[in-house]
Amino acid sequence: MARRGAPPEVNAGSMADIAFLLLIFFLVTTTIETDAGLDRKLPPIEPPENPPIIKQKNIFTVVVNKNNQLLVEDSPMELKDLREAAKEFLDNGGGTGEKGETCDYCQGPRNPESSDHPNKAIISLQNDRLTEYGTYIAVQNELVAAYNELRNREAQRLFGEDFTSMDARYLDPKTPDGVKDDLKPKIERIQKMYPQKLSEAEPKSN
Amino acid sequence: MAKFTKKKKGDLPAVSTASLPDIVFMLLFFFMTVTTMKDSSLMIKNELPYADQVQKLDKKDRVIYIYAGKPSPRYQDKFGTAAKIQLNDKFADVSEVANYVLAERSSKREELQNVLTTALKVDNETNMGLVSDIKQELRKVNALKINYTTKSGDAFQNLK
Repeated sequence: MARRGAPPEVNAGSMADIAFLLLIFFLVTTTIETDAGLDRKLPPIEPPENPPIIKQKNIFTVVVNKNNQLLVEDSPMELKDLREAAKEFLDNGGGTGEKGETCDYCQGPRNPESSDHPNKAIISLQNDRLTEYGTYIAVQNELVAAYNELRNREAQRLFGEDFTSMDARYLDPKTPDGVKDDLKPKIERIQKMYPQKLSEAEPKSN
Repeated sequence: MAKFTKKKKGDLPAVSTASLPDIVFMLLFFFMTVTTMKDSSLMIKNELPYADQVQKLDKKDRVIYIYAGKPSPRYQDKFGTAAKIQLNDKFADVSEVANYVLAERSSKREELQNVLTTALKVDNETNMGLVSDIKQELRKVNALKINYTTKSGDAFQNLK
């Protein structure tokens, strides 16, 4: 017999090497980033039964044509001016709201020719089939920014915190439930002051 | 007289490396648990546009992904250069989007089926016609919550 007694121990010296190999593999393949983007809600496919009559002055029409040019309320505009124009329209408060109330927090010019109240103001975004997606996103981004800036202003005035940061904390799964319950009424109040009415119409077929 | 045993000079004891595998394994398990494998390889060019008013898309289990863009160079001789939709691992037609969303939805847990978001990962240079067609299909199957996935950055960069 060649061997006797206890079997020889397996050499574990290379275990660290194997573990390192695996570790490096997982290090390389790991992506911890989370995606981010613009959240939107599409309209349901069946139209509402009694569509409300909307006055033309309460609609802010933004058209992006196939050459990626902007037409805002029937006049051409540069993208950099869009945010201010949308803010002025939303914050106008020239008349009364849905329940006949005047907008006591609006700081706009109160032009009777522009929107009555933020809860009546609608932004209608139309695009051509040949519009480039990047441009469309840039326009959407500017319009969302207009809403966010107005909401931030009111949230700062009422609660001393930006709306966007409250919303981010509310959506963060790591936030404890108690804090969320506290944030929810605040967020809903701000959202009610400036409801996001951004309609994305189907593109014209030409 | 007490006898002091002098330590031997110049002979440092070797640092024990016996616990090194444990440490490495600990790291290994950490990365194994946080890793998410890329589940589908992209067959299209996917340069996302920039935006800065973004919301995070947490909780990957309640997201359905739809990719669109021009086919990558190695697929171009077969599929052409027109923008196409990619669902999972293959190119798809617009009419297949609805079925795909329904199939994905039914594969999720029941309590998540009503809170699903559809993430549109669309290339910067795609025409809106294709995106509108996808949106129209999503409306048909009542998948109304969508997210235009973007990179974070100044939106004016999209115009160049």
